[in-house]
Amino acid sequence: MSQVALKNLTKSYDGKNNVLSGINLDIQDGEFVVLVGPSGCGKSTLLRMLSGLESISGGDLEIDHARVNELPPAERGIAMVFQSYALYPHMNVYKNMAFGLKIAGAKKDEIDRRIRHAAGILKIDHLLERLPRELSGGQRQRVAIGRAIVREPKLFLFDEPLSNLDAALRVQTRLEIAKLHKDLAATIVYVTHDQVEAMTLGDKIVVMHDGHIQQAGSPLELYQQPANLFVATFIGSPKMNLIDGIVTEASAAGVSVKVAGDQIVRTEVDGSGIAIGDKVSVGIRSEHLWEGDAGSERFHGTVNLVEHLGEANYLYLTLENGQDVVVRGDGERAVHIGDTIALSAPAAAFHVFNRDGLALRRLKPGNMVAARHRTTG
Amino acid sequence: MKHKVTRAAGTGFTHLVLGGYTLLALFPILLVIINSVKSKDGIFDSPLSLPTAETWSLVGFEKVLAKSPFIHFFGNSLTVTLVSLVLILVLGAMAAWALSEYKFRGSKLLAIYMAFGIMVPIRLGTVSILELVVKLELTNTLTALILVYVAQGLPLAIMILGEFIQQVPKELKEAARCDGVGEFKIFFQIILPLIRPAVATVAVFTMVPIWNDLWFPLILAPGEETQTVTLGVQQFIGQYVTDWNAVLASLSLAVLPVLVMYVFASRQLIRGITAGAVK
Repeated sequence: MSQVALKNLTKSYDGKNNVLSGINLDIQDGEFVVLVGPSGCGKSTLLRMLSGLESISGGDLEIDHARVNELPPAERGIAMVFQSYALYPHMNVYKNMAFGLKIAGAKKDEIDRRIRHAAGILKIDHLLERLPRELSGGQRQRVAIGRAIVREPKLFLFDEPLSNLDAALRVQTRLEIAKLHKDLAATIVYVTHDQVEAMTLGDKIVVMHDGHIQQAGSPLELYQQPANLFVATFIGSPKMNLIDGIVTEASAAGVSVKVAGDQIVRTEVDGSGIAIGDKVSVGIRSEHLWEGDAGSERFHGTVNLVEHLGEANYLYLTLENGQDVVVRGDGERAVHIGDTIALSAPAAAFHVFNRDGLALRRLKPGNMVAARHRTTG
Repeated sequence: MKHKVTRAAGTGFTHLVLGGYTLLALFPILLVIINSVKSKDGIFDSPLSLPTAETWSLVGFEKVLAKSPFIHFFGNSLTVTLVSLVLILVLGAMAAWALSEYKFRGSKLLAIYMAFGIMVPIRLGTVSILELVVKLELTNTLTALILVYVAQGLPLAIMILGEFIQQVPKELKEAARCDGVGEFKIFFQIILPLIRPAVATVAVFTMVPIWNDLWFPLILAPGEETQTVTLGVQQFIGQYVTDWNAVLASLSLAVLPVLVMYVFASRQLIRGITAGAVK
């Protein structure tokens, strides 16, 4: 059983400017936590603070209710998998995995047992005698993970482990890591800048920006109920469309917003904290803007650019009111540049952010696709 | 087609230059070896010709090996060189690791101080060194020589090894620290094996000047007991009479250890030099 608690952690290199501040996070036993954010947001620094490679400037880090702030990496019971794998180049795979255990003074047959076990899980039995330079990128990645497994750590730390692999291998390894997490029931903290990795792997996603945690929650929570503008635009691809407007009507049952072109957009969010005349941003995801008029809020737009993905088209449009938006359209339908098409969205699909970028609570998050089938079917 | 021809000509020219240089470098050594197995008359009559049945003679080697304490000198040289070499490599690598890995107060200054050692020839300090050695009562000991050579070799060793240690990826050390490996073990079991080519390079570069040095043995340890090969050879060179057979024979013998070292280290050496070059 291992629980990790981060209590008001801060990191500062010069004693004045904090690169990380006010980091509070609880990690449950067996939880897969993904730290995600743009480069420079401090996610890797936070991981290295967990590992003990980077010192902690303030706050407390507890593993299993014991404060570990000052403990060196080896005594924290963690194992880290590096982006560059960091295999010892002059040792074969077996020795790479055995090295840490040997240093810790484990018995020879115990070391052997653990290595055979880990190699079995990762299917690298046949590679044990090879040197790292004789392995492919994917194999090296497995060995690096194997080296972490044999230590039987309380906490696994992954630092962008997939970013050196090619696209196909990345998807495959991603699945294997997910499976590994289930099989080992391991507690994992995983850093990535790739939101797809974050969404697919994480039990809990922690979105970071500028040294602060923006929001922590399950993948669907982040997708459906982003806490602020940053999370809303960071999660989801293409980025959420944002339209500026002024509130014309606000109640606990909904908010109406006047956007450019004097169009009124009705949204189903909790408008208790907002007043008529406030400036807000209305957000709508590209997949919730539909071609046709199935939704209650309707727009017209001219196509500027089409990206064909096969199963879908991304249509880049300019609305009548001059606003640029992206729409995820049906891949089967032929759309040409210059076409004017009708768009619509249900009032429940909109997000509304106040002047400080904080989201108003959506009343009916989720199930947009089901809603569409209901209205069109 | 024309391109191919120019390229072939280019390679040909390169090889010509390299070949010429090789010839130039090897010629004196060849001359020494050829003449070391000739009689005195043979040497003076036609120094450039190969030994014939008439001029063939091993009298030089007989004199050197049987009638002089040459073996003893050889032993002295070997002791001084090997002990200095080991000390330079171990201390140099450790210092290089410390300077590049740990940032402490004055580490930059210390690195500059070491770099200074490369720029200032140690012979400039001969008088002070001699005074120091006399005060320490180390005159006519091999220890004096070893100490001086270690001081002479360290700066360059630290500089070259430091460059290589910096190239070892940071993640390797961090992975080792996560594995619970102590700093000494990280150095000896991870860093040192990885910079082996550099160590071989430094070994050759520091060994040759020590082996060939005449200056410090002459000043610090000229006694019969502690003479090195280069100094020992001098006994055959007189003001009026020089025993060329013996001189050439002992010089031929003195080349051997360096040659052996090169053969063993050459592959590592080339890797070391090129790895440094393309950085």
